[in-house]
Amino acid sequence: MRIGRFLAQCLAATCLATAAAAQSENPLEEYRRLLADPFANPGYLFVDRGEALWHQKRGPKNASLEQCDLGLGPGVVEGAYARLPRYFADADRVMDLETRLMWCMVNLQGFDEATIKKSAFSKRGGQSDMEALVAYVAEKSSGMKFEIPLEHPKEKEAYALGEAVFYRRSSYFDFSCSTCHSQDGRRIRLQELGNMTRQEDAARAMTSWPTYRVSHETLRTMQHRMWDCYWQMRMPDLDYGSELSVALITWLTKNAEGGELAVPSIKR
Amino acid sequence: MRFVTAAALSACLAVPALAAEIPGLPTISVERREQVVRDGFRYDKLAPELKARIEQDDTQRLCTEYRNEPPPEVAARIEKAALDSIVFPEDGKFLGDWKKGEALSLNGYGLRMGDDPKRQVGGNCYACHEMAPTELSYGTLGPSLKGYGKLRDYAQDAIKDAYIKIYNPNATVACSTMPRFGAKKILSIDDIRHVLAFLFDPNSPVNRDE
Repeated sequence: MRIGRFLAQCLAATCLATAAAAQSENPLEEYRRLLADPFANPGYLFVDRGEALWHQKRGPKNASLEQCDLGLGPGVVEGAYARLPRYFADADRVMDLETRLMWCMVNLQGFDEATIKKSAFSKRGGQSDMEALVAYVAEKSSGMKFEIPLEHPKEKEAYALGEAVFYRRSSYFDFSCSTCHSQDGRRIRLQELGNMTRQEDAARAMTSWPTYRVSHETLRTMQHRMWDCYWQMRMPDLDYGSELSVALITWLTKNAEGGELAVPSIKR
Repeated sequence: MRFVTAAALSACLAVPALAAEIPGLPTISVERREQVVRDGFRYDKLAPELKARIEQDDTQRLCTEYRNEPPPEVAARIEKAALDSIVFPEDGKFLGDWKKGEALSLNGYGLRMGDDPKRQVGGNCYACHEMAPTELSYGTLGPSLKGYGKLRDYAQDAIKDAYIKIYNPNATVACSTMPRFGAKKILSIDDIRHVLAFLFDPNSPVNRDE
């Protein structure tokens, strides 16, 4: 049934795309339009693999993730991503989707946290369970709008921390996140840069992750996006699931509130 | 009437003043922020060279504190320190080989995790600046540098000013967005001379119409 709906969407999109193709004169726009064709988006393969992984009994405790509480109750996947990050009392910290999945994999399935962190980002052509699980859970919020609680004191602190860190300059180039992401309509080379202090731009970014990165040949998550930005900023490797990463994601997600998720997307 | 409706509608659609709308946000102390940043990069496990990337020097600390808009007396202090940091070429020659400067301007390699430290670090000028009119893949975080030397009549003072700007842009304007290529040893003095030649050589494509 799910596959059937997907196929129907894809066929419709392909027909529309074919009709529009003759009208496009800008090659860059044409490239982006072709990328947006869901029939050509391998991200959905990750969604399907993630769904299988979610239900499969795995790890030293031979358990599935079906009892994992992503914030809306044990096992509730539908709409969970659109309500994250949030505070979890059992872990006594604010968690984004990936931190929470890691917590469930450790506590329900008995996996080792350091091992999960090491394999969270797949190498070219590699197979990261985390990337597949994120694709599966996030797709279950596709079409929904981001709305995160920000009521618990630790959620508020995460937001404030994220903002403070956004403006912090360091390393060889004196870059902060704000160097590239606090002005309207700027580019690095030909790559357009979002102004993350504006709702529209933050929403455009946050509602399109996770995404299938064509140049990476895999699906990438928001934790990877944060790591990648710091890598470009000539900083050391950002620790996967760190308080720093979750703070930035909390700030960005709150700024993006109201934006409607369309995931997995596909990007260059 | 229509105007009033439109105004009301645009007020609803207006970008929310982000942080201001969230009640009860705590103030984050510098100590707390720095602790979270250090933990976020597993500071204690890093080699000294990587630890140094995380630690803020005075300029970074002040520009962070004032979000790049320091009050005049702080700005003057940052600019003075930046000017004092500049090392000029010993032989007084500012211009190198514009072709090497062009290569450096196109090159964005270096200093990232996993980059080979033996390879040439690029200046990556095109990431933020338009330069030669023939190169269409340029960024817009910085101003256009098209025709840079020609527009300044290839004047010696302009060449020296550009050297200062590249070596430490905080000497020109405190808390500049641009990296301190000389002061942070991203580029060597010779590298900077090549980039200057790309900007100031009359034969450089920067100063040609097409």
